[in-house]
Amino acid sequence: MEWETVIGLEIHAQLSTKSKIFSSASTEFGQTPNSQACAVDLGLPGVLPVLNVEAVNKAIKFGLAVNAHINQRNIFDRKNYFYPDLPKGYQISQMDLPIVGEGEIEITVDEATKVVGVTRAHLEEDAGKSVHDMFNEYTAVDLNRAGTPLLEIVSEPDMRSAKEAVAYAKKIHALVQYIGICDGNMQEGSFRCDANVSIRPMGQEKLGTRAELKNINSFKFLERAINLEVERQQDILEEGGEVVQETRLYDAVKHQTRSMRSKEEANDYRYFPDPDLLPVEISNELLVSIKADLPELPVEKKARFITQLGLNEYDADVLTSQKSLADYFEVMLESNEKNAKLCANWVMGELSASLNKHQLEIEESPVVAAALAQLVARIGDDTISGKIAKDVFKAMWEGEGSADEIIESKGLKQMTDTGAIEAIVDEIIANNAPQVEQFKSGNEKILGFFVGQAMKATQGKANPKLLNELLRSKLN
Amino acid sequence: MSIHTKTIAQLAQGLKDKEFSSVEITQHYLDRIKQSDLNAFVTVTDELAMAQAQAADDKIASGGASILTGIPYAHKDIFCTQGVKTSAGSKMLDNFISPYDATVSHQLNQADLVMLGKANMDEFAMGSSNENSFYGAVKNPWDKSKIPGGSSGGSAAAVAGGLSCFATGTDTGGSIRQPASLCGITGLKPTYGRVSRYGMIAYASSLDQAGPMTKTAQDAAIVLNAMAGFDDKDSTSAEQVVPDYTANLNDSIKGLTIGLPKEFFSDGLDDGVATQVMNAVKEFEAMGAIVKEITLPNSAYAIPTYYIVAPCECSSNLSRMDGVRYGHRCDNPKDLEDLYLRSRSEGFGAEVKRRIMIGAYALSAGYYDAYYLKAQKTRHLISDDFKKAFAEVDVIMGPVSPTTAFDLGSVKDPVSMYLADIYTLSANLAGLPGMSIPAGFSNKLPVGLQLIGNYWSESKLLNIAHQFQQQTDWHTKTPEEG
Repeated sequence: MEWETVIGLEIHAQLSTKSKIFSSASTEFGQTPNSQACAVDLGLPGVLPVLNVEAVNKAIKFGLAVNAHINQRNIFDRKNYFYPDLPKGYQISQMDLPIVGEGEIEITVDEATKVVGVTRAHLEEDAGKSVHDMFNEYTAVDLNRAGTPLLEIVSEPDMRSAKEAVAYAKKIHALVQYIGICDGNMQEGSFRCDANVSIRPMGQEKLGTRAELKNINSFKFLERAINLEVERQQDILEEGGEVVQETRLYDAVKHQTRSMRSKEEANDYRYFPDPDLLPVEISNELLVSIKADLPELPVEKKARFITQLGLNEYDADVLTSQKSLADYFEVMLESNEKNAKLCANWVMGELSASLNKHQLEIEESPVVAAALAQLVARIGDDTISGKIAKDVFKAMWEGEGSADEIIESKGLKQMTDTGAIEAIVDEIIANNAPQVEQFKSGNEKILGFFVGQAMKATQGKANPKLLNELLRSKLN
Repeated sequence: MSIHTKTIAQLAQGLKDKEFSSVEITQHYLDRIKQSDLNAFVTVTDELAMAQAQAADDKIASGGASILTGIPYAHKDIFCTQGVKTSAGSKMLDNFISPYDATVSHQLNQADLVMLGKANMDEFAMGSSNENSFYGAVKNPWDKSKIPGGSSGGSAAAVAGGLSCFATGTDTGGSIRQPASLCGITGLKPTYGRVSRYGMIAYASSLDQAGPMTKTAQDAAIVLNAMAGFDDKDSTSAEQVVPDYTANLNDSIKGLTIGLPKEFFSDGLDDGVATQVMNAVKEFEAMGAIVKEITLPNSAYAIPTYYIVAPCECSSNLSRMDGVRYGHRCDNPKDLEDLYLRSRSEGFGAEVKRRIMIGAYALSAGYYDAYYLKAQKTRHLISDDFKKAFAEVDVIMGPVSPTTAFDLGSVKDPVSMYLADIYTLSANLAGLPGMSIPAGFSNKLPVGLQLIGNYWSESKLLNIAHQFQQQTDWHTKTPEEG
């Protein structure tokens, strides 16, 4: 039987506020356990939450960026359950009236574009962390993270493959960084994905029973975990079994998922409006001012790259897929306005390949944007050829200096002296009579042989355009 | 006149005139507490009190004193006090030394008051008799076989019994007004949001409100001046200007319109209480007030509404008492569930468990709409009743409690106990300010008159109460005189 996969994602984006969502404690990562948990975060008797307006503003930013309806009156609820890292015995979240309502975002997979619906996004506080390996026989609790503001972004079950799910997750990941509401750091847990996965016979409208996959901390694992789950469900259904609704934890090391709890074991969270907090009222003025302050969104940037810079759809899409990549590219453009396509090729080609090879993020690149811009400018003004530029780039990567310094010290400047090139061309033609004959009898391809010989003789420095012209005129 | 029968105003005058020092009056109160068998205190903070008294005397000597400087008071054990045990009357918090001060505690410290100790109370403020305390029942100073009312029973008994000049209380469903009534003192529950709830251990967050329990309306005004105000640590506290509550005490109440809700004078009301309440109303008429019968048609729903809303909120508010970070933890838990189960089973008393269970049930999936949502709707209806009433009258009067103080141990059925709150609950549900003032005696036990005002009308209520106390002497009676 042919199966269709249906995926919806719940993304938890940690909002990059200085202090927590309901207390004034710092949100800084990696501090001494419990050094950033104040009386409110500890859930001491008598303490009360006070909403951090910055978290609200950041949530609104996100809503506006996905064209969502903003609920100008929204409410915090209590989600009640017991866990040692949940100090109050309830999490303050939003249930019935979230701050962000329905929105949408466009994704591209294999050059096909589709729109994925955002069901809602709501504000909530993060829990602390249970540490099981610090004290023998005891579980320790670190409440530094407790109360960190989260925006939970819930998608519609619109994705039909692990690839689409990853594309959507990456889009949201890029977006939250573009608008500056989340640092996107997946290792530190600032951006986490849970995937709801189900399958159904192709053509069937009714959704299959879903499993929720948790504990996924990279896009690679997201894709693997979903594919693994799809296989698991297919095996069950094809053997005549039934998929049970449950939460499954992904283990990246063993590459397997295991059941965490079934629907029957699920908590009744006894949601009700938190009486300690007033409903959040968002004025029209605030919406207008946040909208005015929104930076250029990825989709807008992409359109501009296409219309103003003349990039193709694919290049524009790749370059805007991450804020850091787009930033790098745009710094290069500052001094290379006419060489946009060349800049794009270098960022997506040599630079990306080297970064991948050394497993570096673009922010960590030994060749910064301004340096690469200089190299591209030298190609643009015919100082060096694209081929020579690759060698210069390698030297730059190794820290040997700037493009200009390397070109100068290694004498890589292109030969543009017609007389000198002509002498070399004459010599090659004189020494290779059989090939000259072939050319004359109509074998155009043989021209490459002469170019190669000339480049060899000039150590690649001959201006390719000039060389070609000379060869053709002499051979004819 | 002995020290412990003096009002704040009188003590302040005496301190100013060097008639006595704060150290002397503090010692006087501490001695009386030591000799008392009312069980009004969970913790007596003698050393702290004497240090505060000394500091107050220094301040008086240097001329920087305010009217509250050096006045000894009892602080309900629901307010967090830094470095001092804050138990909320529960075994659960018997070992809890608060690392921080409630906003109210801070304000009272700033006013240079002297804290004699932490007053006994019903566990987590749940109760109407102060019999639900881990530290034992409190006795009514007027008759030690009777209950003092609750949940601020220790506070009321301390003031009535001459163990403190005044006390703090909290009122979620009548917990200031009812014990004030049964102990013959003055108690004020302000408008919801008037006094910060930060550091006041939450029972039902949307209903809880702190206020003063004093000998006179004038004293209540003086203390409220120190307690009231916006607090940026409490989102539900109001950014409402705090007037000087003593400024209008002497305004004439001629022409005041008093509303008597017919629902407050129904079958369940004790005849002796009814008589004293009506006598007080007549006194007001004699002072030039106009009396009108009004109706609060949804009053009957106050008890069921309250006993859904309050347990729902408390079931969640008390979840933090889990034995993990502070409070009671059972011995040798075998796993996490055992830790939760036994710590909470051992730490909470019967009434607290009952309300947690009622609340958890009412909030459960499938029941939420029928209980919690319905209760919220009824709550609106009750508020609307008052809105209509205050379009016609300036103040609503009636009994505080259907009976005078009953015998300790006599009410065993929880539902009968809940009926004790029948006249006080609606002010909490609507968020309105309410007062209880002494209005006579029935069978030698005090009877309180309840005043309910419109939102933010504390000044008016205090003015009305003060004028009544200028014409009557019920508030000056003490148990010692017999």
